[in-house]
Amino acid sequence: MKKIFLNSIKLIAVSAFCFSLYAQSPDRTKPPQLPPPQKLNLPAVQQFSLSNGLKVVLMEKYEVPLVQLNVITKMGSVNDPENKTGLAGLTMNMLTEGAAGKTSLELADAIDFLGARISANAGPHSSGIYLHTPFSKFDEALKIMSDILLRPDFPQKELDRKKKDRLTSLMQMHDQPTAIATAAFNKILFGKDHPYGKMASENEIKGFSVDDLRSFYKKYSTANNSFVIVVGDIKKDELKKKLEAVFGKWQKGDVKEVKIKEPAQVASRIVYLIDKPGAAQSVINIGRIGTSRLTPDYNPIVVMNTLLGGSFTSRLNQNLREKHGYTYGASSRFMFRPIPGSFIAASSVQTEVTDKALTEFFNELNGIREPLTDADLNRAKNLVALSYPGNFQSVSEIAGQLEEMALYNLPSNYFGEFVSKILNVNGNEVTGVAKKYIVPDQMIVVVVGDKAKIEEGIQKLNLGELKNLSIEDILGKVPQLSK
Amino acid sequence: MRKTLILLVTLCSILSAQSQIKIPYTRHVLSNGLNVLLHEDHSTPTVTVNTWFHVGSGYEKPGRTGFAHLFEHLMFMGSGHVAEGEFDKLLEAAGAENNGSTTEDRTNYYEDLPSNALELALYLDSDRMGFLADAMTPQSVDAQRAVVKNERRQSYENRPYGLSEETILKNLYPATHPYSWPVIGSMTDLSAATYNDVVEFFKTYYVPNNASLSIAGDINPQETLKLVEKWFGGIPAGKPVEPQNPAAVRLNEEKILVMEDRVQLPRLYMTWITPQRFAPGDAELDVLANILSGGKNSRLYQKLVYELQIAQDIRASQGSSKLSSQFQIVSTARAGHTLEELKKVIQQEIDKIKNEAPMQRELQRSVNQYEASFLDALEKPGGFGGKANQLNEYFYYAGNPDYANEDLSRYKALSVNDIQTAAQIYLRDNGRVILSIVPKGKTDLAVQPKTEGK
Repeated sequence: MKKIFLNSIKLIAVSAFCFSLYAQSPDRTKPPQLPPPQKLNLPAVQQFSLSNGLKVVLMEKYEVPLVQLNVITKMGSVNDPENKTGLAGLTMNMLTEGAAGKTSLELADAIDFLGARISANAGPHSSGIYLHTPFSKFDEALKIMSDILLRPDFPQKELDRKKKDRLTSLMQMHDQPTAIATAAFNKILFGKDHPYGKMASENEIKGFSVDDLRSFYKKYSTANNSFVIVVGDIKKDELKKKLEAVFGKWQKGDVKEVKIKEPAQVASRIVYLIDKPGAAQSVINIGRIGTSRLTPDYNPIVVMNTLLGGSFTSRLNQNLREKHGYTYGASSRFMFRPIPGSFIAASSVQTEVTDKALTEFFNELNGIREPLTDADLNRAKNLVALSYPGNFQSVSEIAGQLEEMALYNLPSNYFGEFVSKILNVNGNEVTGVAKKYIVPDQMIVVVVGDKAKIEEGIQKLNLGELKNLSIEDILGKVPQLSK
Repeated sequence: MRKTLILLVTLCSILSAQSQIKIPYTRHVLSNGLNVLLHEDHSTPTVTVNTWFHVGSGYEKPGRTGFAHLFEHLMFMGSGHVAEGEFDKLLEAAGAENNGSTTEDRTNYYEDLPSNALELALYLDSDRMGFLADAMTPQSVDAQRAVVKNERRQSYENRPYGLSEETILKNLYPATHPYSWPVIGSMTDLSAATYNDVVEFFKTYYVPNNASLSIAGDINPQETLKLVEKWFGGIPAGKPVEPQNPAAVRLNEEKILVMEDRVQLPRLYMTWITPQRFAPGDAELDVLANILSGGKNSRLYQKLVYELQIAQDIRASQGSSKLSSQFQIVSTARAGHTLEELKKVIQQEIDKIKNEAPMQRELQRSVNQYEASFLDALEKPGGFGGKANQLNEYFYYAGNPDYANEDLSRYKALSVNDIQTAAQIYLRDNGRVILSIVPKGKTDLAVQPKTEGK
C-alpha cells in the first residue's frame, strides 16, 4: 500500500481505504521523538582580489537564477563631519540620483526595465550599494551599478529634492510615537554629540551642499576601503572577469579610520516622560549601554537575550502579553557594533496599565539575573542554534551574513562552528552575562504617552528621578518648508 | 499572531523568458477531505508546514467583527493534548519559528523548522485542528481578547492615519457585504465575542475539509505523506462550508469624506471597487497601479513627488481578494499643499490614461518587474511569502496549486489598450470613495464636496 506514494506525481484523490493502515489514533500524550538535526552544508566562502586590490567574497548558489552583489564601503554616520549629521546617509542616497551623465529618471528606468533593484544607503560604520538581479540581466545591471558606484554626479536639483524629502520625513516623525521613543532613547543614552545618539537637524539638512557630498564621497569611496560580496548563480572565474572589467580601475586612497569614543554607561536610573496627548498606548523603551560585537560574551548574550526578550516565549513577551494582556508584544535586543551599542527592552502598552507594565518589565530585568532552569536554557539555545540554517536561504540574506563576516573579520569557519558554540553555552555563562549587562539600577526609562493619564502612576513606582520632556526637546521644532 | 495583508505577488518562476515556471508539487486528499500539497527543496536542512483554513473575516456574523482574527490567536493557546503555552515552547525548543495571519478570505499558519522536527509540527497542527475546543476556556479567550485589543491600539489607533481603512470599507461596500468591515474588527465586537462563539466557529470552519496543508523543504514526500496521514487522518470531517454568495456590488456615487487625526500632514485616499483576484481586469489593474506609482518613472510619482514636489509619497495598488478587490491611490501632501491640489493632478493622470493608452515601454517595464518578482518568490520555502504558502494560495484562489504559468501569462498577454480600457471601465469618477485625513482643525486642506469631477 505504501508504494502508491511513489507514483503520486499528479493529483491523486486518495481513498480512505489506502490510508486505513494509519487511521488508528496516534499517541498524543507526548510530542513525537525527533531524529537528530541535519548539518547545514553551505557552499564554500571564496575570496579573491582584483588587480587594484579590491577584495571580493563569493558564495556560489544555483537553486534560483538570481545574483546579489553588494559593494560595502567602510564609511558611515560615524564619519559625518561636525555639524553635518546625516551626510553619509544623504551621500549614499544620492548615488542613484544621477551618474555618468544619466539622470535620476534614466537610471531608474534602466534598472526597473531589467527587473533588477539597486539601492544605496549608509549605516553607522559602513555603507552599501546593493544590486539584486535575475542572472540573465546581470551584465547590464552591473554596468549601471558601476556607473552609480564610480561616476555619481550628485546633481544640485536632485539634492534640493532630497532635502525636502528629508525635512518632510522629520516633520512626520512628530506623529509617530515609536519613532519618537527610539530617537529619545538613543539621544539620551549616547548623548546628543555621539554618532549613535545624533540625528540630522532641520538646519543641518538645509545646509548640505553638492560639494559636501562630492568631497565626502571622494574621501571614503576607494577600492582599499571597500569590499564586494556576491551570492548567486555565477562561477568564480566568470565573476572575476566581469568585476575586473567594471571595478578594476577603481582607485585606492588614503583613508584614516576614525576613532569613536566609547559611550559612557548609565550611572543611575532616570525616567523620561514625553507627552503625547490622547495616545492609546504608551511606548516604553528601557535600557543601557550594552557591549561590542566582538566581545567574548557574544554567544552567551545571544542566548540570554533570546530568553529575556528575543523570542515569542521569552519572559518579557510571556509576562506582558500572554499573562497580563498589557500589549501586543514585548521584546529586548542588543545592538552589536564595533564599539558598545545599546541594550533595549521595549513595548507599546495600553495607556491605563503603563505603571503596571513598567513594574513587570523590571521584574523580568531583575529575574533574568537569577539562576535559570535547564528547560529555559535549552529552549533558548536550541532556538538560536537550530534555526540558524534559516538565515541561509535567499541570496540577500546570505550576502548579509557574509557582510557581517567581512566587516568583523570573523574566521572563515564561523558559520560552520556557530551552532556547536551556541549549544555549548552553559547556564552559569548565561546568568553571568545577565548580571554583567542587565543592570536594572543603571538604566534609562523612556515613556512616550499621554502624560495626564500616566504620570501619577509612574511617579508612585519610585523608579528614579522623573524628567518631563516634550517631543520638540527630542526632534526639534517641526521643520518649516519654504514653498 | 499577526494580521498581515495578502501578498499580491504570488508564486512562480521565470527561468528565462521562454521557459515554464514551476514549483513541482504533489497533491493528495485524505479521506476527511484535507488537501495535502508537498514540494521538495533540499537546499537547506529546513522544512515549512503551512496550513490554510478557508475562512477569514468575511465569514463573520454581524456583531462579531474581528472574530476570525481573534480565533487565529487562540490557535496558539494550546489544544487537547498540548498544555497552554506549550505550543510555542515545544517549537522553539526544536529550533522552529511560527506565525499566523488573517485576511478577509482565509487564515494561515506556518512553522519553519529544522527538517528533523517536521513531525513535531504535524503533531501540534493536527492537535489544534482536531482538539482545540477541548482546551479552550473563557479565560483563554479573555487573555487573547486583551492581546488583540492591544494589537488594534498599536497598529491602528496609535498609528497616524490608522483608522482610514475602517472608514473606507464602511463607505465602499453595503453593510451586508463581507468586506465592509476591517479584519481587525471593532473594539465593541471584540468585547462581545464569547466562549460559545469560539466553539461554534471551530466546529464550523476549522474542519479538515475546509483546510489545506502545504509542506515544502527538505522532505521525503512518501515519508511525509505517511506522517500526515498518521496525525491528520483520524480527524473527522465537518459539514461542508457553504460558499459565500454576496450580491454583486457596485458603487454608483462619489462619496467625499473627511476625518481629522493627530498628524502634521494631510493624506488623500481614493478607492474603487474592482474585479476580484484572477477575474478579467485584475491583472490590468495591477499593471495600471505599477504604471501610476511603481518607481520614479511612474506617472503619479513623477508628477506629484518628482516634478511638482507637492506630495511626500504616492502609492497605487490593486488589492485583490476572493469576492472583490479594491483599487486604491494614497498620497500625502507636503506642507503648504492641499489634498485638492493632489486630487486635481491625480485626476488629470487618470483621465490621460483613459484618453490615451500608455506607452509600450511602460507596460513592458511593469511586466518585467512582475517576472523578476516571481524569481524572488522561489528563494524560500517558508514564512508568509515562501513556496509552501504560494502553493496554498494558488490552490485556494485559482483552484490549482500549479497556476504559476497561467498567472504570469495574464500579465504577459496584456496590451497597452487593455490597460486603457480597464481604467475607463473601473476607475469611474462617479463610483468611488474619496477620504481626506487632515490635521485637527484643518478641514480646509481636505478635498471639498462640491469640487467638480474633472
